[in-house]
Amino acid sequence: MINLFDQLQALFREESFLMLLIMGSYLFGIYLYKRTKISLLQPLLIAILIIIPFLKLTGIEYIEFSNKTHFMNFMLGPSVVALGYVLYEQLEQIKGNVISILTAVLSGCIVGIISVILIAKGLGADASLLASLAPKSVTAPIAISLADQNGGVPALAAAFVVICGVFGGLIGPIVLRKLGIESKLAQGLAMGSASHALGTARAMEMGALQGAISGLAIGIMGIMTALLIPLVQKLF
Amino acid sequence: MIKGLFYILLFYFLGELVSKLMGGFIPGSVLGMILLFLALQFKVLNPENVKATATIITKNMAVFFVPVAVGLMAYAELFSKYLLAIVLSIGFSTVLTIATVALVQEKMEKTKKKGTYDHD
Repeated sequence: MINLFDQLQALFREESFLMLLIMGSYLFGIYLYKRTKISLLQPLLIAILIIIPFLKLTGIEYIEFSNKTHFMNFMLGPSVVALGYVLYEQLEQIKGNVISILTAVLSGCIVGIISVILIAKGLGADASLLASLAPKSVTAPIAISLADQNGGVPALAAAFVVICGVFGGLIGPIVLRKLGIESKLAQGLAMGSASHALGTARAMEMGALQGAISGLAIGIMGIMTALLIPLVQKLF
Repeated sequence: MIKGLFYILLFYFLGELVSKLMGGFIPGSVLGMILLFLALQFKVLNPENVKATATIITKNMAVFFVPVAVGLMAYAELFSKYLLAIVLSIGFSTVLTIATVALVQEKMEKTKKKGTYDHD
C-alpha cells in the first residue's frame, strides 16, 4: 500500500504529468468559461485554483514545479514576438492614430504608476514593496528588470504583474462597457496598457484588432514605464 | 509550422541581441516583436512564413502564464502581511489605467474624425 502511494507520488513529479496537469486544467477552464459565460471563470484562474491545491496536497515545491514546466515560461517570449505578425496584419487600422495612441498610453502610464504608489504608500507599504509594485502593468520580463534596477524585489514584481494581469483581464471588459467605449482601438489599447500579455489574451477574444493593438500597447507601455519610474521615484 | 517557429525564434534571438546592446532595459521579446513587425512591413520576410504559427501562439497566450501564476503560492506570507495595500493599490490603479487609456484614445479619435471628414 505504502509502496503504491510512493510510486504515485513519483509519477506526479514527472514532467509529462505536470505539463498534462497544466494543459488539462486550462482546458477545463476553457470548457467552464464557454459553458457558463461567467467572466470571472477565466481559464487561467481556474487552472491555478486547481494546480496550487494539487501541489500543496502532493507536497511538490513550487521550485520543482517551475523547473519541470519551464517550457511554458519560455514560450512567453515567442508569444510576445509573434504579436509582431498580428500587428502587421492589422496595420491599416492603426494608420493615422499614432499621436493619439502615444498620448493615451502615456496618460495611462502616469496615472497607473502614481496611483499604485500613492495608495500602497498610504496603506503602509515600504520602499522595496513600492518599487516592486510600480511596474505592475508591464510585461513580466520588463517588470523584473525594472524592479531590480529601482530597489524592488524581482520575484515579487513578477507576482504583482500576474495579479494585475488576471485582475485587468477580468475587470477590463466590464470597465470598458461601463464607460461606453466603442472604439476597438481604445479597447485594445487599454487592455494591453494596463494588463500586458494577460490583457492582450483577453483582448484577442474581443477581436483581432483589439488583440493587435493590445500587443502594441505592451511594448509602448513597457518602454514608457522604464523611462518614467526613476522620475516618479524622485518625486515621492 | 517548423518554418514559422524558426522565424519567430530567430526574431526573438535578434531581439535579445539588440536588448543586450542597448543595456537590457527593454526585453528581447518586445524588441523581437518590433523587429518582426518591421521585417514584414518592409517585405524582408514573407508573411505566409509565420502566419500559421503566429496565429496559433497568440490566440492561446494565457496558457503560457500558468506556471508564473502558480508562483503566487510562494509568496503567501508576504501577501498576508500587506494584503490590503497590495490588493487595493493594484485593483484601483488597474481600473484607473484602463479608464484613462480608453477615454483619452476614444476622445482623440472622435475629435480627429470630426476635424477631417464629415461624412455622417
